[in-house]
Amino acid sequence: MSRDVLVVNERVQGENPDLTFELIGKAKEVASALGGSVAVAMIGDLSGIDAFGAADRIYSVEHEALTSGYSSQAWEEAVLAVVDQVHPKLILFGTGTIGIDLAGSIAMKVGGPIASYVVDLFVEGEDIVATSQLYGGKLLAESVLDGDTVVATVIAGSFSGDAGKSGGSPEILSVDPPSSLTSLSLVSGAVREPEKSGVDITTSDLLVSVGRGVGSQSNIEMLQELADALKVPLSASRPVIDQGWLPKPHQVGKSGKKVKPKVYLAFGISGAPEHLEGMRSSELIIACNTDPKAPIFEVAHYGTTLDLFDLVPEILEKLEA
Amino acid sequence: MKIVVGMRQLADLVEELEVADSQVDIDRDFVKFVSNEWDEAALEEALLIKESVGGEVVVVALDEPDVDQTLYSAIAKGADRAVKIVGVEEGWTPTRVRAQLLAKWLESESDWDAFFTGVQAADDLDGQLAGLVGSTLGIPHAAVVSKAEPQGSSLRITQEIGGGTLAESVATGKVVLGIQAGRQAPRYAPITRIRQAMSSSSIETFEAQDIDEGVGPKVRKLYPPESKGQATMLEGDPVEVAEKIVELIRAKGLIR
Ligand SMILES: Cc1cc2nc3c(=O)[nH]c(=O)nc-3n(C[C@H](O)[C@H](O)[C@H](O)COP(=O)(O)OP(=O)(O)OC[C@H]3O[C@@H](n4cnc5c(N)ncnc54)[C@H](O)[C@@H]3O)c2cc1C
Ligand SMILES: Nc1ncnc2c1ncn2[C@@H]1O[C@H](COP(=O)(O)O)[C@@H](O)[C@H]1O
Repeated sequence: MSRDVLVVNERVQGENPDLTFELIGKAKEVASALGGSVAVAMIGDLSGIDAFGAADRIYSVEHEALTSGYSSQAWEEAVLAVVDQVHPKLILFGTGTIGIDLAGSIAMKVGGPIASYVVDLFVEGEDIVATSQLYGGKLLAESVLDGDTVVATVIAGSFSGDAGKSGGSPEILSVDPPSSLTSLSLVSGAVREPEKSGVDITTSDLLVSVGRGVGSQSNIEMLQELADALKVPLSASRPVIDQGWLPKPHQVGKSGKKVKPKVYLAFGISGAPEHLEGMRSSELIIACNTDPKAPIFEVAHYGTTLDLFDLVPEILEKLEA
Repeated sequence: MKIVVGMRQLADLVEELEVADSQVDIDRDFVKFVSNEWDEAALEEALLIKESVGGEVVVVALDEPDVDQTLYSAIAKGADRAVKIVGVEEGWTPTRVRAQLLAKWLESESDWDAFFTGVQAADDLDGQLAGLVGSTLGIPHAAVVSKAEPQGSSLRITQEIGGGTLAESVATGKVVLGIQAGRQAPRYAPITRIRQAMSSSSIETFEAQDIDEGVGPKVRKLYPPESKGQATMLEGDPVEVAEKIVELIRAKGLIR
């Protein structure tokens, strides 16, 4: 049985994500319990390879189909080529685009089980046990992953990145790019950076943030009034953006901005993992949500189950007094 | 273009979810089931493509509580056909099983160009549907797609790769996509149009085929997160709570 753990570095361009270090830290713990070692797969862009001193081996795949942009098909072929070399017991992805994209199909291809939305992992005998956050964070599932090769996608922020950052001098192995990379039917094109226009929610000490609980675009006006009264920008959860109620630069979370204000006021936001990823390290979080079981209350410092439509006018009143 | 949209029902997350006596499933007797929001985004994107270049949109779902409502509402919004896969065991269906059941129908249908589905569902413990359907069929897939636009007979795909950065790719031939958001918010189907769809069209059925389930995660415990009691609840009427919140902000020196 293989005892190694393979971490897939989910980086198309730019810096290596923090999440990779979180995964490497956990991989070291799991590998030492299994009596194996830690390998990292670096696909396409090899810059910043020195950062992975905590790993035992780094497997790189280079090919022109991997150097510009992102094709999920090309990445899948490349990751499979590394898996073929490493024969890992456990493959770790993050719950980012690449993890959501590839982890399931790679699990199918290696014939092993996969656990998604993982927040904890440990070894029990020959098996890996994973705790996953389901139903938008309302329930946890503990499951046993039994197989020669098993896969997990991990939610960012679940593990500390420190253990994954320590130095060392890993062996670097170059993996032959699979020939399938020359006959892709999903071909990568341009990569575009987010629009920089308008508001910058990342620099404000105080944020008024609004979620789907606000119900409609016209109701947003009340929250905008509150933000104006406090002279701060209005931020929002993803559904508010997807509905077209506010422009994209206002979005907080995994696919929006990471914010860390002194005070984060959340109105009608449930606290899904993808939202928490963007705001959980705020100094003081105050949440208003009519559902006492809403996961936002697990990270908030203060909470209220009052209706936002009753509460917001009173805050405005108080500020104007 | 002929686009198939895979849709499903999911426990309404705004409601309270209880764990069943078995300790490994939710108590389904008291749950309200709603259409998965990301599947609605997938349907919207498919309808937009049909409106711009013509073709057909077919919706397909496993037989699940209240799924007829979701399928008729898709027809009311502009889908041409709805198919329901029947003979599926009740309870939680692992996504890998879901993918293989859908793949059997997709193989029987054969002349489609793209299969769209939601980027994820909140109980996808064992992976997301698009990747699983793609690998079952041996067809390329892409997830976290926020735009799929026709370009000749191909599809130009935009994926979000974190922090708002977008990556484009072009798919030639059949493709499976997990849709994160449509180019616009899902359209609304008025109840009168849904009723009309119910009287003028019917849902086709397809018998679930035998599949090889493969290995999945073995759930041994489903439980609510232990409340760390993080949040101190502010008690009182709106006036009192508003006062406390303003004091908290003031204590941080953010208002006078
Ligand atoms: C790949 C990916 C990336 C994502 N990225 C992000 C991201 O960057 N940011 C993000 O936010 N989400 C993101 N999401 C979406 C995320 O999964 C959730 O769907 C989203 O965060 C939910 O937003 P919400 O809390 O506003 O809505 P909901 O979950 O619908 O919550 C609304 C809440 O409002 C409460 N409420 C209703 N009425 C009232 C009232 N009158 N007063 C007070 N409370 C009320 C309800 O109790 C409920 O808890 C992403 C998802 C995926 C798959
Ligand atoms: N994500 C989930 N949501 C609800 N129930 C689940 C989930 N995952 C697994 N289950 C339940 O776990 C039980 C046993 O799963 P298993 O041990 O994998 O056969 C089944 O009855 C499922 O209902």
